[in-house]
Amino acid sequence: MKKLMYCILTLFMLVTLFISCGNQGNGSKDGALTSGAAEKVYVAPGEHDEYYAFISGGFSGQMSVYGLPSGRLFKVIPVFSQDAEKAYGYNEETKPMLNTSHGFVPWDDAHHPDISQTNGELDGRFVFINGNNTPRIAKIDLTTFETTEIIEVPNSAGNHSSSFVTENTEYVVAGTRFSVPVPQRDMPINEYKGNFKGALSFISVNPEDGGMDIKFQIIMPGFDYDLSHPGRGASHGWFFFTTYNTEEASSLLEVNASQNDKDFIAAINWKKIEEYVNNGGGKMMPANYAHNVYDEHTHTATSTMKKEVLVVNPTEVPGAIYFLPTPKSPHGCDVDPSGEYIVGNGKLSADLTVHSFTKMLAAIEGEKYDGEAYGIPILNFEDVLAGTVSQPGLGPLHTEFDGKGNAYTTFFISSEVVKWKLGTWEVVDRQPCYYSVGHLMIPGGNSRKPFGKYVLAMNKITKDRYLPTGPEVTQSAQLYDISGEKMELLLDFPTVGEPHYAAGIAADIVKKNSKKIYKLDENKHKYATLSDNDVRVERNGKEVHIYMTMIRSHFNPDNIEGVKVGDKVYFHITNHEQDYDVPHGVSVIGANTSELLIMPGQTESFIWEPKQVGVWPFYCTDFCSALHQEMQGYIRVSPANSNIKLSWSLGE
Amino acid sequence: MKLCLRGFVFLFSLLVLSCGEKEKKKDGFSVDRTKAKTEKPKPIKSSDKASVRVDLKTKGVGPITSITLETEVNEAMAANGKEVFDKMCLACHRIGKKFIGPAPNKILERRTPEWVMNMILNPDQMVKEDQLAKDLLIEFNGSPMANQGLTEEQARAVLEYFRTL
Repeated sequence: MKKLMYCILTLFMLVTLFISCGNQGNGSKDGALTSGAAEKVYVAPGEHDEYYAFISGGFSGQMSVYGLPSGRLFKVIPVFSQDAEKAYGYNEETKPMLNTSHGFVPWDDAHHPDISQTNGELDGRFVFINGNNTPRIAKIDLTTFETTEIIEVPNSAGNHSSSFVTENTEYVVAGTRFSVPVPQRDMPINEYKGNFKGALSFISVNPEDGGMDIKFQIIMPGFDYDLSHPGRGASHGWFFFTTYNTEEASSLLEVNASQNDKDFIAAINWKKIEEYVNNGGGKMMPANYAHNVYDEHTHTATSTMKKEVLVVNPTEVPGAIYFLPTPKSPHGCDVDPSGEYIVGNGKLSADLTVHSFTKMLAAIEGEKYDGEAYGIPILNFEDVLAGTVSQPGLGPLHTEFDGKGNAYTTFFISSEVVKWKLGTWEVVDRQPCYYSVGHLMIPGGNSRKPFGKYVLAMNKITKDRYLPTGPEVTQSAQLYDISGEKMELLLDFPTVGEPHYAAGIAADIVKKNSKKIYKLDENKHKYATLSDNDVRVERNGKEVHIYMTMIRSHFNPDNIEGVKVGDKVYFHITNHEQDYDVPHGVSVIGANTSELLIMPGQTESFIWEPKQVGVWPFYCTDFCSALHQEMQGYIRVSPANSNIKLSWSLGE
Repeated sequence: MKLCLRGFVFLFSLLVLSCGEKEKKKDGFSVDRTKAKTEKPKPIKSSDKASVRVDLKTKGVGPITSITLETEVNEAMAANGKEVFDKMCLACHRIGKKFIGPAPNKILERRTPEWVMNMILNPDQMVKEDQLAKDLLIEFNGSPMANQGLTEEQARAVLEYFRTL
């Protein structure tokens, strides 16, 4: 009987499979319900996703790693905010990562991830992301998926038109949204006009190790530099920044910065400026900014304060910078895969403006200027205009490209993604977003070679789309299939913090490089214990250093005596595992910091300052083996005046 | 299932009983464990223990199918092996004493060199497929032999070091 039931069930499933397979073929015409949207995002248990998506965490300060098309969350990489789960910014090794000229800053507002490129194509080595509030650029290494470098950006404020890379990752660019006095000084706010400046920073990236260094800053007029993207192909060597508040207002900007009929896209020939500074141009100015580097071999970050920065006055490099008039406070600034079209999305404009790089060069050649702003030539709007997409929606923000001649633009107010054709400027399709979409992302969509299969729209508001969780509800991303003529909504999924922008890449490029363990052989941590023969506890005045090892399923030592109230106890723990996916965690009762989560072969340290006499346990916090519950130890704390000698043991 | 339940009830009542006893004792906690068992397990003869069992045929499962040892110990290799052992193995294996895992002393009187190297190089599969390794896992409280990612050359050196013990 049972057997018969199974047979019938199997037959039924087979038939269902056949039917659904049939549907998939002609599905894209019939909308989501009949086309098997679920199948398109279903990644079977144990299978891998086709793409990585690195999604900014916005005000969480972090960056999350998702798989597409499934929308599954793999990891939240701590970048600008402390993360107690991974001890980032809590352990002694990573505290220096969050150092700035303002001291330790444990939070930021992370906006625009961008993946490193070679020859205009994504190479999957690094992801860069900007901290908006206390201007910083971070680099995440895609072998470890950890933040390995953060550089503060001086003379900047509201680091928003960042962190986009040039075609060969020569530079990662950081532009200021808020102009400020340069150098900072005590002055009346209402003297903004003409006195405040906007710094656009070009941070060089060492081709060998990815090391970042501010090569030069262009000190621009005091506008707001909103977003940017590099030229590519023919326009490689140029960078484009949208500006608003060309009115130079310092108060009530929602009115006062919306007065001008047109603001600008600043076109910057960075190659020319690079040549200028390579020949001794520019001026070193005093500055104070932190450069924090995490060393993979010492597992330790160091923070260095840099004391000067090279600044360039645009008027001293004629022919390097031009303004392209662009209607109504443009936000997104996006360059198509060929490098010919520069799309400026005027937030308050009814139309999308597309500039032509070729026409721009011709206008420059012909010196057809429409005036100048602070010595920077303004080109004629009509001379540089490639075309306009007429009345596509309300509140245009950002544009990405599929590499097949189509562009996709988000509209915040009308809450939709609109697909249109480059060259003919006609609208082809539109799909609603739920709700109020900001950025969108096509994996590789801002490179020469987009992977034009999906677009991910990132929404600011979700309201009723998910189970309610009190006044604060999740923000979300929505995945659309763009392989056909019409876009098709496949999936909604919640995100970590506010997803501003994202960067996506084919998983194959990245996953083969993902590190499995840290080799003990290569562990150069100052306090590493590389052999169990070397475990020990040392006292240096009131400082006690415990050199400890851990392996399934014990700590060595696990009994420690002779610690006293008032001591500052450093736990330096080395994970002796050399197998994939066997981290151990550790913490001790009353520690005023987070746990440590130590990867195989890694050493990490935390400080414990015992305040009470007693015998206090510590234990492994990450389930590691069948005997995980046995992975524990005791530390005896005696009164401050005790003469109990320091001793340690395991299994005695 | 019923048996299991009965066992639980029995153990639990034992726990309650023993807790009562504990208060009287000053030297810690003890239970007459023989009572706790409804049927006496077979006493393990030391020769049954996987750690003392002698098997000079089994080669284990893994990359090593055949190696030949020179009659003379290669001292340089053994020294190198000690270095590797101290770094990668000492956390669980101590010379001359049972620790988390068995002591490696005179291991080649009980095991083939191939088995030793396969246990080092391929422990995950060994504890699933090799009877000796399976029994060792049980004998050593379920502590799995960790894969420390040694190269074949390193494992060979460790083996040479074992010959000197």
